[in-house]
Amino acid sequence: MLADKDRIFTNLYGIHDWRLAAARKRGAWDNTKALIERGRDAIVDELKKSGLRGRGGAGFPTGLKWSFMPKQSDGRPHYLVVNADESEPGTCKDRDIMRHDPHIFLEGCLVASFAMGANACYIYVRGEYRREYQVLEAAIQECYDAGLFGKNAAGSGWDFDCYVHHGAGAYICGEETALLESLEGKKGMPRMKPPFPANVGLYGCPTTVNNVESIAVAPEILRRGATWFSTLGRPNNTGTKVFCISGHVNKPCNVEEEMGIPLKDLIEKHAGGVRGGWDNLLAIIPGGSSVPMIPKSICDTVLMDFDSLRDVKSGLGTAAVIVMDRSTDLVKAIARLARFYKHESCGQCTPCREGTGWMWRVLERMVKGEAETAEIDLLLEVTYEVEGHTICALGDAAAWPIQGLIRHFRSDIERRINARKAGKPALAAE
Amino acid sequence: MSLRRLAPEQPASFAFTPENQKWAEGQIKKYPEGRQASAVVPLLWRAQEQQGGYVTEPMIRVIATMLGLSPIRVLEIATFYTMFNLKPVGKHLIQVCTTTPCWLRGSDTVVAACKKNIAHAPETVSADGMFSWMEVECLGACVNAPVVQIGDDYYEDLDGARMESILSDLRAGRQPKAGSQIGRQTSAPEGGPLTLKDVKGS
Repeated sequence: MLADKDRIFTNLYGIHDWRLAAARKRGAWDNTKALIERGRDAIVDELKKSGLRGRGGAGFPTGLKWSFMPKQSDGRPHYLVVNADESEPGTCKDRDIMRHDPHIFLEGCLVASFAMGANACYIYVRGEYRREYQVLEAAIQECYDAGLFGKNAAGSGWDFDCYVHHGAGAYICGEETALLESLEGKKGMPRMKPPFPANVGLYGCPTTVNNVESIAVAPEILRRGATWFSTLGRPNNTGTKVFCISGHVNKPCNVEEEMGIPLKDLIEKHAGGVRGGWDNLLAIIPGGSSVPMIPKSICDTVLMDFDSLRDVKSGLGTAAVIVMDRSTDLVKAIARLARFYKHESCGQCTPCREGTGWMWRVLERMVKGEAETAEIDLLLEVTYEVEGHTICALGDAAAWPIQGLIRHFRSDIERRINARKAGKPALAAE
Repeated sequence: MSLRRLAPEQPASFAFTPENQKWAEGQIKKYPEGRQASAVVPLLWRAQEQQGGYVTEPMIRVIATMLGLSPIRVLEIATFYTMFNLKPVGKHLIQVCTTTPCWLRGSDTVVAACKKNIAHAPETVSADGMFSWMEVECLGACVNAPVVQIGDDYYEDLDGARMESILSDLRAGRQPKAGSQIGRQTSAPEGGPLTLKDVKGS
């Protein structure tokens, strides 16, 4: 188990006070000036060496992303935009960071903004997180009052303004270009890329969009050094990560652990085990609703990191582990996710707008066995027609859970169809 | 995507209260010169709160004028973002998360409690005007599932009986305690944290 001394989020559960004075005692804002005085290139290099990969789902190397920002301004301001639109079903880690450890995160906003030549940062919080928004607003005010933000922020010589903005209920705004559209006061519809935000982002200016957790861990990496971070976890999958364990476990919880922890250990050590014991496990969605589920046989041994989960045709995503025991109606569980994606499609691309609704309706029939066996392959084919044929990844995210279901539990769907045809009631699970 | 339209019956006018007007002008200043459109969501939100929970056509026109936008631009925001309600809601709007992580933990029983105690159909204001309920997509508190949002607060670790108890508190004018309904420390495992026990902090 990861030692407490290696945990970055020391107030993950909100046991202690989130305010500035208390956060400083836990180590936040410790000589931030010295971090900034290392200079842009040194900060970006340290982040690159640490191996930190973005914590928002895609796992793109954070230092590399920062290095895409223009070195010299062409007259346009640079922006850091933080994606706090946490909406991926299963995921609730950024919520804890914002409401319980806002100063760790806000220090990261300053350091990251400096490292990309940005004098302003916007934090885009999902509309539902009212309390988290209020905490951030108050914490930002504390930073201004203490001279950590504003002119000559934290005595670094860098001028910095930080604003918190909120959405109003749209999963799609977690996609970075949709988030920028929304922040500009438009409907959250993803933009075509290129141009990428590093060239044309917020208000047409160079912009980097990062997840809350990616930004929040940066100052601690700089203070303790890239080597500390990169020796945790496994090569190319370094550091610590906040995992969210939900569903059929005895004690659902969030916990910061080392990357690459075995999935079984994560659940048994931290979440009180699977309800009814490990052998009662049916399947797990290991990285938030968008990644394909994996059956128990894979869960037995798989490690929780980007590469290990990719190798079993799933993904780490946001590290939101959704556990389903043998009482679960898996077809219904995935049909419910299909309904989610249908609800959240922005409607811009035809394959997603039409496909998400179509896939949901077919799955709802399959829940009851009211389908033909041949429709399973038809459904699978449609998922491949949606995947990769849309501007953003929502189409992919809608397709993958269904592909995971068919890949591992096709017989479950077939059994229902056959039972229905035979005039027997379709059984949910055995 | 779903079809969302303004209610057929609309009030005659809308105006921000002086306090809200001042607040709105402060919000607009958060964005660079000429980028005041960015404030459209926060302004609509505050207006919705002032109106008792829903967005009206006069409101859209007032905000459009404030931000120098055509009304259709504000209307498309109101219809795109699903936290804007387009028809009257109860004094307490119960937003029940039913996405898979909440469903796995029994959100069906929470929905049943709302049907029984408020109205069978969602988005229907109860006879006494106190409540309406609706299903919402993932609220992002999945390790505390099932979850509902009421106003600014989340009520977590629910079941049907706990939901009924919250509703009866609200009906009686009592403010139920937000957060976990089984006494958990936020997102820590039930029974107390297994990590971060040695952290010094105040």
